[in-house]
Amino acid sequence: MTDTRADLAGQPGTGDAGFGDYVQLLKPRVMSLVVFTALVGLLVAPVRLHPIESLAAIIFIALGAGASGALNMWWDADIDAVMRRTAKRPVPAGAIQPGEALGLGMGLSGISVVMLALATILLAAALLAFTIFFYAVVYTMWLKRATPQNIVIGGAAGAFPPMIGWVAATGSISLESVLMFALIFMWTPPHFWALALFMNDDYSKARVPMLTVTHGRKVTRAHILAYTVALVPVALGVAFTSIGGPVYLAVSLVLNALFLRGAWRIWRRPDSVAGADKYMVEKSFFALSLAWLFLHFAAILFEATPLASWLAGALGWGF
Amino acid sequence: MALSREHELHTRRRGRNLGLGLVLLAFVALVFGLTIAKVQGGGQLQGFDHTYQPELDPATRVERPAP
Repeated sequence: MTDTRADLAGQPGTGDAGFGDYVQLLKPRVMSLVVFTALVGLLVAPVRLHPIESLAAIIFIALGAGASGALNMWWDADIDAVMRRTAKRPVPAGAIQPGEALGLGMGLSGISVVMLALATILLAAALLAFTIFFYAVVYTMWLKRATPQNIVIGGAAGAFPPMIGWVAATGSISLESVLMFALIFMWTPPHFWALALFMNDDYSKARVPMLTVTHGRKVTRAHILAYTVALVPVALGVAFTSIGGPVYLAVSLVLNALFLRGAWRIWRRPDSVAGADKYMVEKSFFALSLAWLFLHFAAILFEATPLASWLAGALGWGF
Repeated sequence: MALSREHELHTRRRGRNLGLGLVLLAFVALVFGLTIAKVQGGGQLQGFDHTYQPELDPATRVERPAP
């Protein structure tokens, strides 16, 4: 019995996890992004759900995201152990056994999908099930170790939550929900490639074929700029739909100007200069990318308030 | 190493059990709240309660003309 091995307790690798270890298994930081974007998708939809239904929808979408995170940690335990950024995750650290992570991931996947179907509608639950499948199987098992396009295609998994929130409220997929999806989908590659530029050693050691590993940093820098340029029209296009408005447009113009400037600076830098200043520009671009996404969705949320409607009327906004 | 009455292991397990207990309680409360919300929403529940009753289902109910 574990009780008789009290001499091992509290040390890494005992397999006797605390509650916090299980929380870490669900990737709470990723979950917070999922909660926020799904909440925006749900709140800006033209149909109102009962507050309890909305709360349940958000909780079960977040739980589904957590489940896919646990499945990801189960499958990737070997490479997580090699990478400095992920070595302290509960499975490679030995706090949670891989089988436990698999069981929890599968169990929470089932609970989240069934409960979302009961709380809202079947289409939203089907999208959540597809998102879990896409992240755990398509991205984690198939793409991540096979192609440098892993995060480009895999980014779709992180882009679904606002669409699920929208569908839970309205019952259908519309242009607005597709644009919110596209916003995250197009944002993911520059965000992760900036991370890969200053975490390249991790990916090399783990033999994960990130673009920096397979094609080098120069090509990665060019890709960051190209994807950022492609992201701008998507972000600005949202302004001219029913979920956008003048405030969103102003916020988006400023953020995209900054983002383009950052991508341009990354593209222009030789790696020797970047190494000398410890990847300052790449790190600040990565931080900006987090703010970029948060503020875009915050602006979308603001446009759903009465104040924004009044402002749009006062400015003669006709879209 | 001196033996203590309560090892760190037990504290950790108590925290885990307490956490799980609270999560389950929250789940029960959420399902209860959802039930109330669904019933208040006035969805079509009675027509499908245990036994299907066509006379209560708006899709199959035949309206009788007022006398």
